[in-house]
Amino acid sequence: MHAPDGFLNVGTAVTTGAISAGAVGASLRQMRTTLRDRQVPLAGLAAAFIFAAQMVNFPVAAGTTGHLLGGALAAILLGPAAGAVVVTVVVVVQALAFADGGLTALGYNVLNMAIVTAFGGYGVFALARRLLPGTASGVVAATAVAAGLSVPLSAMAFAIEWLFGATVPVPFDTVFGAMVGVHLLIGVGEGAISAMAVGAILAARPDLVHGARDLTPGQTADRARIGLRGVTIGAVLAATVLATVVSQFTASAPDGLERVGLDQGLMAEARDHPLASGPFAEYATDGVRNEQVSLAVAGGAGVAVTLLIGLGVGAAVRDRRTHGAAGDRRPTGV
Amino acid sequence: MGAGHAHPLYVHGHSPIHHLAPEVKIAAAVAYIAAAAVTPRQAIWAFGVQAAGVAAAIAVARLGPRFVLRRLTVVVPFVAFALCIPFIASGERIDVVGLSLSREGLWGAWNVVSKATIGASVSILLAGTTEVPRLLTGLSRLRVPGTLTAIAAFMVRYLEVIAGELGRMRTAMAARGYAPRWLWQARPVATSAGALFVRSYERGERVHAAMLSRGYTGTMPDLGGRRATAREWILAAAASGVAWLVALAAITGTGA
Repeated sequence: MHAPDGFLNVGTAVTTGAISAGAVGASLRQMRTTLRDRQVPLAGLAAAFIFAAQMVNFPVAAGTTGHLLGGALAAILLGPAAGAVVVTVVVVVQALAFADGGLTALGYNVLNMAIVTAFGGYGVFALARRLLPGTASGVVAATAVAAGLSVPLSAMAFAIEWLFGATVPVPFDTVFGAMVGVHLLIGVGEGAISAMAVGAILAARPDLVHGARDLTPGQTADRARIGLRGVTIGAVLAATVLATVVSQFTASAPDGLERVGLDQGLMAEARDHPLASGPFAEYATDGVRNEQVSLAVAGGAGVAVTLLIGLGVGAAVRDRRTHGAAGDRRPTGV
Repeated sequence: MGAGHAHPLYVHGHSPIHHLAPEVKIAAAVAYIAAAAVTPRQAIWAFGVQAAGVAAAIAVARLGPRFVLRRLTVVVPFVAFALCIPFIASGERIDVVGLSLSREGLWGAWNVVSKATIGASVSILLAGTTEVPRLLTGLSRLRVPGTLTAIAAFMVRYLEVIAGELGRMRTAMAARGYAPRWLWQARPVATSAGALFVRSYERGERVHAAMLSRGYTGTMPDLGGRRATAREWILAAAASGVAWLVALAAITGTGA
């Protein structure tokens, strides 16, 4: 979602620029107290990791792939302040050195992709941690919810900026419904991959997960309980609530508008997220023929897809349980 | 951006634009793009002048039109979005070859396409003539917090190392017959991302230890380098000043 120059009006660019600069400044001060003199090398390497993580292609469905965005993951691993700084660095370098995203659009790009995902994602994470048991399984499940929601949160931020700074008269509810609806689906992949990545890090170096600092070694060792239930219920609840909210918005827009809105949202993301060519694209068109049907299908499909992902996460975790704990202590991969 | 060419946008060269001080180039680029951003969309001639200015600068920098056009594909998703706008925008409809389009929407699409293209061209010119370390030096001279630019410098320095590790992990997985098709088969991908984070973090710890042993006190030393001369600043101000004059003329001309 690297918006180009002139996508939103000048006032919005300046305002979001000021908000982003303030948030990054505050985050830098916060980070200085937590990381002290280690901040430059550690945050630098973490930024390189996030940049590389955005190249991690994971399968979505039938051979199509998506990639991580990493804002919530960075916040959970490093804390919200350091996470926001790290992702900001990635976004700024992408704009400056890779011409990806406009230089005068940095205000809203940083706000949407770094500040909202890191702080919003971490906020959701902290809330979910309270509701879930204080174990490694709880942290993994909370990561799934937080990372999954951080993507539609970012889309919401964009839609709200559109409300103030649109350069064309496309109705807010069309943009909001399309952006959030599509990103809800992208968020499912983001949530699943982030959760499993955090699970792997908890197995290898639990001390590196900022969001799990409060856990004792005994609690992080307790990995058998993740099971299907926690992650699935969390993801299903989140998807149901959001799908309902989103379908309310889209249902209030005329059908024709809405359909193009969804298509257009898909197109805007087509480069980064080949999700659009997968079976989810069908969900987008199916869900808009009739307002009532749209509402039901949007909610239902969201829940169904999330359920599938939950099953996937659950199966992955169960896999780990049967293989025993001995092999889990070291990082996987090569 | 695979391993081996971490700065795919930089084109080696010795043009006057290559040799400009980086802080001057960044300031001029941002000012130029900002001028394009405030130009009212009805002033088509103004965008033409601004685009011609960028094209002239690209010619002076000898970046090659094919390189620039290929890099411009970055904005394609947003152009695709812009092309949908005339169909969905509200307001007065006009008929264009049998299609009912929104007049406002057409102007909106033109607005997004023209500004995004000029902005991306200027960014490509900036990145194509300035190496990443020099860009970061320029940023810190423009009073961007030193911590931020130091972090960015570390990121750029180790990006290829980390991306290389990721590539080796992928190769190893593929060599063992891993070819996932569905999201629920993605656990090895995710755990390798986790392993990559642990390795990156531990590398960070080692780098920090190595820096401490070489007398690091928490701030990066300023390695100096040539600073911008007054002549360079005047040149840059003239270049972006033209864009601003055009923008102001367009604003007063259209009464916007």
